[in-house]
Amino acid sequence: MATNVYMEALSPTMEEGRVVKWHKKDGDPVKTGETLAEIETDKAVMDLVARADGVLRQVAAPEGQTIPVGSVVAVIAAPGEAAGETPTSAAQTKPSGSGKRDTGNVATAPAPVAVATPPAVAPADATRVKASPLARRMAKEAGVDLKLVTGSGPGGRVVKKDVERAPNQAAPAAAAAPAAPLSPVSRVPLPERTGTAYEDVPLTQIRKTIAKRLVTSLGPIPHFFLTTEVDMERAAEAREALNKQLGDQGEGKVSFNDLIIKATALALAKHRACNAWFQDDHIRYWNEVHIGMAVAVEDGLITPVIRHADRKSLTEIGREARELADKARNRRLQPNEYTGATFSISNLGMFDIDQFTAVINPPEAGIIAIGSIVQKAVVVDGHLAPGRRMRITMSCDHRVIDGATGAAFLRTLKQMLENPLAMLL
Amino acid sequence: MASQFDVIILGGGPAGYVGAIRAAQLGMSTALIEKDKLGGVCVNIGCIPTKALLHSAYIASLLGHAKEFGVEPGTVKTDYGVAMQRSRKVSDQNSKGVEFLMKKNKVTVVKGAGVLQPGRKVKVGGDVYEAKKAVLIATGSRVKGLPQIGLEINKTTVISSDEALFLEKAPASMAIIGAGAVGMEFANIFHAFGTKVTLIEALPRILPLEDAEASDTLTKSYRKRGIEVIAGAKVKKGTPGKDKVTIQVEAGGAAQTLEVATVLMAAGRAVNTENIGLAECGVQVNERGFIKVDQNLQTTAPGYYSIGDVAGPPMLAHKGMREGVYVTELLAGKKPHPIRYDNVPSVTYCHPEVASIGLTEDQCKERKLEYVPGRFPFSASGRARGTGETEGFVKILREKKYGEILGAHIVGIPASELIHELAVARENEYTVEEIELAIHAHPTMSEAVAQAALDSLGRVIDM
Repeated sequence: MATNVYMEALSPTMEEGRVVKWHKKDGDPVKTGETLAEIETDKAVMDLVARADGVLRQVAAPEGQTIPVGSVVAVIAAPGEAAGETPTSAAQTKPSGSGKRDTGNVATAPAPVAVATPPAVAPADATRVKASPLARRMAKEAGVDLKLVTGSGPGGRVVKKDVERAPNQAAPAAAAAPAAPLSPVSRVPLPERTGTAYEDVPLTQIRKTIAKRLVTSLGPIPHFFLTTEVDMERAAEAREALNKQLGDQGEGKVSFNDLIIKATALALAKHRACNAWFQDDHIRYWNEVHIGMAVAVEDGLITPVIRHADRKSLTEIGREARELADKARNRRLQPNEYTGATFSISNLGMFDIDQFTAVINPPEAGIIAIGSIVQKAVVVDGHLAPGRRMRITMSCDHRVIDGATGAAFLRTLKQMLENPLAMLL
Repeated sequence: MASQFDVIILGGGPAGYVGAIRAAQLGMSTALIEKDKLGGVCVNIGCIPTKALLHSAYIASLLGHAKEFGVEPGTVKTDYGVAMQRSRKVSDQNSKGVEFLMKKNKVTVVKGAGVLQPGRKVKVGGDVYEAKKAVLIATGSRVKGLPQIGLEINKTTVISSDEALFLEKAPASMAIIGAGAVGMEFANIFHAFGTKVTLIEALPRILPLEDAEASDTLTKSYRKRGIEVIAGAKVKKGTPGKDKVTIQVEAGGAAQTLEVATVLMAAGRAVNTENIGLAECGVQVNERGFIKVDQNLQTTAPGYYSIGDVAGPPMLAHKGMREGVYVTELLAGKKPHPIRYDNVPSVTYCHPEVASIGLTEDQCKERKLEYVPGRFPFSASGRARGTGETEGFVKILREKKYGEILGAHIVGIPASELIHELAVARENEYTVEEIELAIHAHPTMSEAVAQAALDSLGRVIDM
């Protein structure tokens, strides 16, 4: 049986696509999942992949031509099937995989497919979506495009929980034409926070593609870096005041590191999009904040974890950080003490490093690198004045965190450190 | 040298033998270790023989009403001993059937009590068997009494289902403690064989895990036919005598003393986790005594898995069977369909039968779900009137917005069969509309399912 190759909706807003390059020629054998052609969408150049095994026939759309979504651009014939038949008759008589599928297209697919008239059947049929009746109803009601939802049911069937986790597309679809409003924070609508430790959000197709492309272009994890300079004057004052108080009570002192851990944890609690793991086919957005703290040891480095750092006091964090660092240096860390971080901090401030980039600790999606607090001349109200500044560089996994998302998190962190009272909020 | 197999399964009950067959189908060399008869509790002293006895009971009750159907059978005499012997034959046939399936699938059956050893090994007597891939623990569960109130099972006057299944004659009177599936079924059986039955349940209603409407219907049905039902009852004390037992029961503030020939303990089961080497292998149990498993049913010891009753509730044969399939497919590198523990049908085979799947109405309320119940009583069914079996109903709980089937509850003579339409629907996420869209043959009991679906949409036809 032959299967039609349609121009698929390769982006949420795509209405037509331009064939950039055919990777397969007429007569080439193709396998399911293999790239047939590169298609330029409204957003990017994407791969159009084969949905069946067989031989590519009747390549109808020449390179450079723009074709509406849902139109037939070629046919995949079963091996040997189309050999003795003319391409046209193959398309007319056996265009689809099975009798149940796409019957509407059998009649309406025009014989010379190069004309590429959209078939009478809705484009939804172009990439037939397997979905449960309940999932279909929920998607319709919620305005979710099932084509963009990754199915977790049998054979990739979209089921209830997939729709529940899918981003709602009703609003963007309606407002697609006018300039999109600025969305400084995450574009990925996160699922509602529940009582569980985390929520697994399946990767949408576009997210998957971004992930795949960035990885192949930049290495196993597509890093990018954001640097900001933080005024540490008030943090230093706060630390002094706290330590004075603590000194009277005979407790351990608060370090800058403790302040940074606490501020980072609080900022992550506000920016869940950065508190996440990349997990092959889904992103795990953590509701809990567990901070990995890079500690240099004799022959390398290890990151013990301060769990629920957002909910611990500075003195608790300080005590735990010291204990864990000691254990790390003495090689007495238990596995559960150095696994499960949701985000990490690497602090080389004590080594007189002004600024550096840290390498992400997979599957975490981000890490911040802390430089030294340096005294330098800064401009305050138009006048030169001595100031204490510290540089933070965040490494982000682009498969999870986008530039604006990371920047928003970093801004919150900076605000907290520049005004430590904000941590009380 | 230890004999090597890919998979070794400890316990030949439903979870174990089904897992063994699936493992063999997937090309894994498999050993099944069983100290008793193949088929476990289910085949030998559980599901299967009780269904044989229940059918005997059903025939007795049918003949009791035969005259109004124009059939006069003369004097109806019952003999529990004969029914029991027949049920034993049925069990033996089934156990032999399992033996045959093991041979057919080339599963090596090892007779004896297996003890786990570290390194994925199992010792049976002097022999040691080693699993290359995994050991599956499927040791099941057993009945337990209530020794704390003096009702330790003595196998004569205080018995469990294990003994009830082998009685030569029905006792004159019997108190059944526990009105879950086991208690309900034996109450039905012994009452039909002439025993004066008192059914005692500690929770406020019989069949406490079922929908309240099901409990109500069964309470009425049992009382009508002369079974005494005492719910919300506390058994204060039991004193077994030589040929009778005295028990003190307190219910609704009133205390009473019952004197019965036999007490049948039908409350609670204990899992078989003793003396099988769990601790030595690092297999931990949870606070309720079940073996701790992760979502792949792997225990706390890598390479040791657990399936069936011993791995946790619901303690149902069909749940264990599916777990056996799931784990072996996982071991074969397949991606098995995940087990939906919220979609396991539950059936009590009393008369009328009670079957359910999903949430009860009370659970919907507790979870503050917006739902619409759809009901259809069998009294409105032509087919049911024809057979005189008009007790019961079909109830479907429809989620208000999307029509999801939140739960379904059936009381009625074919409930155990009817429930699967809803099991299939729920597993595939059909809504009530898909149920109703399928044409149901007329006249059938199954029509009630379609009518209940319609009722939940406010469009019931036959009522």
